[in-house]
Amino acid sequence: MTSSAAASAEIPPPDPAIPAWDIDPYDEAVLRDPVPYYDELRARGPLTWLTRYGMFAAGRHPEVQEIFSDWERFVSSRGVGISDFKLEKPWRPPSIVLEVDPPAHTRTRAVITRALSPRAVSRLKEGFAAEADALIDRLLAKGEFDAVADLAEAYPLKVFPDAVGISPDGREMLLTYGAMVFNALGPDNALRRAAMAQAPEVTAWIAGRCRRDAITKDGFAASIYGAADSGDLSEEECGLLVRSLLSAGVDTTVNGLGAAIWCLANNPDQLAALRADPKLARPCFEEVLRMTSPVHSFCRTANQDTEVSGIAIPEGSKILCVLAAANLDPEHWPNADRFDIARRPVGHVAFGTGIHGCVGQSVARQEAEAVLSAIARKVDSIELTGPAEWRPNNAVRGLASLPVRFAAA
Amino acid sequence: MVKVIYTADDGSRTEVEAKAGDSLMQTAIVNGVDGIVGECGGSAMCATCHVYVDPAWLDRLPPRSEVEEEMLESTASERRDNSRLSCQIVAAPDLDGIVVVMPPDQI
Repeated sequence: MTSSAAASAEIPPPDPAIPAWDIDPYDEAVLRDPVPYYDELRARGPLTWLTRYGMFAAGRHPEVQEIFSDWERFVSSRGVGISDFKLEKPWRPPSIVLEVDPPAHTRTRAVITRALSPRAVSRLKEGFAAEADALIDRLLAKGEFDAVADLAEAYPLKVFPDAVGISPDGREMLLTYGAMVFNALGPDNALRRAAMAQAPEVTAWIAGRCRRDAITKDGFAASIYGAADSGDLSEEECGLLVRSLLSAGVDTTVNGLGAAIWCLANNPDQLAALRADPKLARPCFEEVLRMTSPVHSFCRTANQDTEVSGIAIPEGSKILCVLAAANLDPEHWPNADRFDIARRPVGHVAFGTGIHGCVGQSVARQEAEAVLSAIARKVDSIELTGPAEWRPNNAVRGLASLPVRFAAA
Repeated sequence: MVKVIYTADDGSRTEVEAKAGDSLMQTAIVNGVDGIVGECGGSAMCATCHVYVDPAWLDRLPPRSEVEEEMLESTASERRDNSRLSCQIVAAPDLDGIVVVMPPDQI
């Protein structure tokens, strides 16, 4: 099927025994308030057929885990959105690490893994912490502010492009680009069309920032370009990998940090627990990720006739893997809807899992640890001073604004 | 079931039964064994499930993948010849009784 064929005609499931559902998971109202959809998706069965789009959806933890862990049966090279690259031309040259399978994936992944390794990231720890401390001090002085614009966006927009090594001007464009890349994974709806309208300008800007002559000598981008010097990758491939960092590294972290403030503001007892033991900053962030899943869904494509949980899946089927639903699966997580920073939610799939598991997760954790430990040491209470507004997106979930007041400890 | 013995840095031993097919990282988490963090959930992306495998068992393990090799360069405690990521060791009958030593630091 094609993504543009959706919406009007109902597409029946390949087997009438498969539960069919006519919900539109990309409806803006669902994207704003998705938890009831997640709950019903899991309740309907291990796999559900979405009649509007002619694809499967998985919302329980075991199936999402199985599909993401098996790149041979469930490929990424046919796109991780709703569009099948075998049938439709991608809107941009595909990512050479996200939208590709082994053995091609193995080469590029090795380079980017090395550039973003925990060891490389640990060198940034002090700088990240100093930046976070200064930001929280400024926000305490301000008192009342928007936790999205002034904190969740401001912090990664400062530290992440610095770490990558791109120039400081026009960085807000990274937010536009991130939202565009993730909206592009959905169907041809208003969100995707609005994103695509900006594509020519934004992609040209991004490509300019990824060029070797535009980067600093000491960041992640420079380490990636080292692979061109050693002959492991071409210079063009290195540029595309830097583009991957900028696509995937900003919006996701912004959403994760915004969600962290939202979770702590709504759960004062958990903020108190964090304050009592600032070392809980890292486990706290894991629990935020489990509760809110900044990337809510990614697709895989069955590259052969196969089956999952006894349900036959024909070759060419798209499967929407709803990571956010799996992270709230009560069969997997006791008291799944409770935000508990003492939980060890190992096995959450907010960063995906398997060979395509988020390659930047060490960077995200380092940023979050810096911000949350600064809050743990400096902030006594977080008061919501207005309603939280969510920003609908076809693949990521994040806040548009979160008015708050921080009181100093 | 497969018996796994986790030895902490202070020498204390925890013996647990692993389900065949589960990784030694998952087994430690499920059984509340302190000393293994496993932040990334088993994608070999965080190097926080580092263990030193008792040399008597090393030969029975499959070789390290390229990604595991890379991650072992990032461990918080020193890498040794018998360093492995426990998320990459899958419990199987021929590993019944395996002993792994947990390093002092994972993060």
